[in-house]
Amino acid sequence: MNKTRIGELEGIAREIRMLTIDEIGFLGVGHIGGAMSVVELLTLLYYEHMVVDPAKPRESERDWLVLSKGHAGPTLYATLAHKGFFPREWLHTLNQGGTSLPSHCDRNLTPGVDMTTGSLGQGFSAAVGVALGLLMQGRSSKVFTVIGDGESDEGQVWEAAMFAAHHKLDNLVGFTDYNKQQLDGTTKDILDLESLDEKWRAFGWFTQRVNGHDFASLDEAVRRAKANTGKPSMIVMDTIKGKGCSFAEGLVSNHNMSFGMEEANKAIAILRAETVGGGA
Amino acid sequence: MESKEMRAAYADTLVELAATNPEIVVLEADLMRATGTGSFQKAYPDRLVNVGVAEANMVGIASGLSATGKIPFASTFGCFASRRAFDQFFLSANYARLNVKLVGTDPGVTAAYNGGTHMPFEDLALMRTVPGLTIAEPSDPASCAALVRAAAAMYGCVYLRLPRKAAPYLYGSGEKFEFGKSKVLKDGKDLCFVSLGALMAGECLAAAKLLEAEGINAGVIDALSLKPLDSPAILAAARATGRIITAENHQIAGGLGSAVAELLAENSFGGGFARVGVRDLFGEVGTQDYLMKRFGLTAADLARQARAMLGA
Repeated sequence: MNKTRIGELEGIAREIRMLTIDEIGFLGVGHIGGAMSVVELLTLLYYEHMVVDPAKPRESERDWLVLSKGHAGPTLYATLAHKGFFPREWLHTLNQGGTSLPSHCDRNLTPGVDMTTGSLGQGFSAAVGVALGLLMQGRSSKVFTVIGDGESDEGQVWEAAMFAAHHKLDNLVGFTDYNKQQLDGTTKDILDLESLDEKWRAFGWFTQRVNGHDFASLDEAVRRAKANTGKPSMIVMDTIKGKGCSFAEGLVSNHNMSFGMEEANKAIAILRAETVGGGA
Repeated sequence: MESKEMRAAYADTLVELAATNPEIVVLEADLMRATGTGSFQKAYPDRLVNVGVAEANMVGIASGLSATGKIPFASTFGCFASRRAFDQFFLSANYARLNVKLVGTDPGVTAAYNGGTHMPFEDLALMRTVPGLTIAEPSDPASCAALVRAAAAMYGCVYLRLPRKAAPYLYGSGEKFEFGKSKVLKDGKDLCFVSLGALMAGECLAAAKLLEAEGINAGVIDALSLKPLDSPAILAAARATGRIITAENHQIAGGLGSAVAELLAENSFGGGFARVGVRDLFGEVGTQDYLMKRFGLTAADLARQARAMLGA
């Protein structure tokens, strides 16, 4: 990936980050921490890798994304809106009665959302089922799925991991958003996952570990994962919870935060200044 | 009376359906030899997915498969289908409005030698709380085959409760079945049993025979479909006979007895009503005959209830 393209993707990610902060800030409360840590990933997938058509979200030849950490829905909505699946104005309806954008992902409510998720671990199994179904149907589509590090405490993740390796689901690319924080504290304190990449390797997955905020290395990992055959792929992304949101990044308790438009606008202004200063 | 293993009726029907519908797939969680779908695997080795001992994952995978257009039938013991994989079936399958057919075998006392750990007396109660879910318990091999076909033909989640053992045919091959419809197994004037499943249909018919000898004319309705319940037929029987006794191989809380009680109360039925079923007890190990007596599910128990209601 050349520097120009990296610059473009960084610019898009900044916009998606601003849209997400605005979306949650307008509501006043939300899962800002884990929403910020997957911005680069969703930007890269939707703007560089996935075969999708915003006008035909259920197109049978599309690639799929199952956001198993369903509480990061607001980032996915901002990404889908940015990509043109639905109007950006919808973002201000997050969690309002009758909305198409619920806190956790719903395949029946939001154009472009491929699976209903939110009870942790379940989306990962479903993604494995989708990958199996697509292989049975002889389709060449890829299935991307994102789990959280706290979500990796769920036994169902590892049941599905064994299954996917046994069935050699090489059309499946998983990502762990390893931001080292879960709701009640750090993963090290609550339930230590290390060595996480070694666990995935031992479960029979083609495993890579990269900086989840660095487009060059993340893109390289996704390309290698897509080219890999005979095994499912897991990309363990070292990320920062709250990344790029000035008032959330670095806080221990940023899983779900209350904040209003005043704070949101300050964080957005900092990002906008980066746009100008950074020359994206 | 001719009979057939219920699991054979299930598996044979899946094989039949798979011949014309390429989307039919079967999932197992290392209980294929018990649930009887080995014949399906033999016929369609690429369409039987054995996930290993992981029921939650099985239901998750079934949900993902159905999102791609597959029609998955996932079978396991009823205790695991309901208690263990409930959140997955609730959310990934039902809440996501997908198309998963979940089959729970060995209901209630039919779990016999597997004992209390494997004896679902609460699966129907759990499943009844899932919005929009279709729930049925066939009463013979013919209704089993027909309801498996009906489940495959409709879009939406279904929970089928099946004993795996042989059950006598109650219906001919030409009989039509649909979800939400019961069948009258026997007409009666003095009271009507409403039964669910092969075991209790047999006990109700036997109880009616016992009562007949005493001059009591009891009818039997085979409910078949718990959700939707055949409310018009049950209400009509209640009004015609003035007395209803439900019979289920399940806790009296939350299953057939509760559903019929709700129906009758909400329709101001003022006649006799009683529930025969397991009364707030856990399962136990034993022969099926022992357990039927232990939990009060026999024809004699049903007849006693009827006599008490009639003051006979």
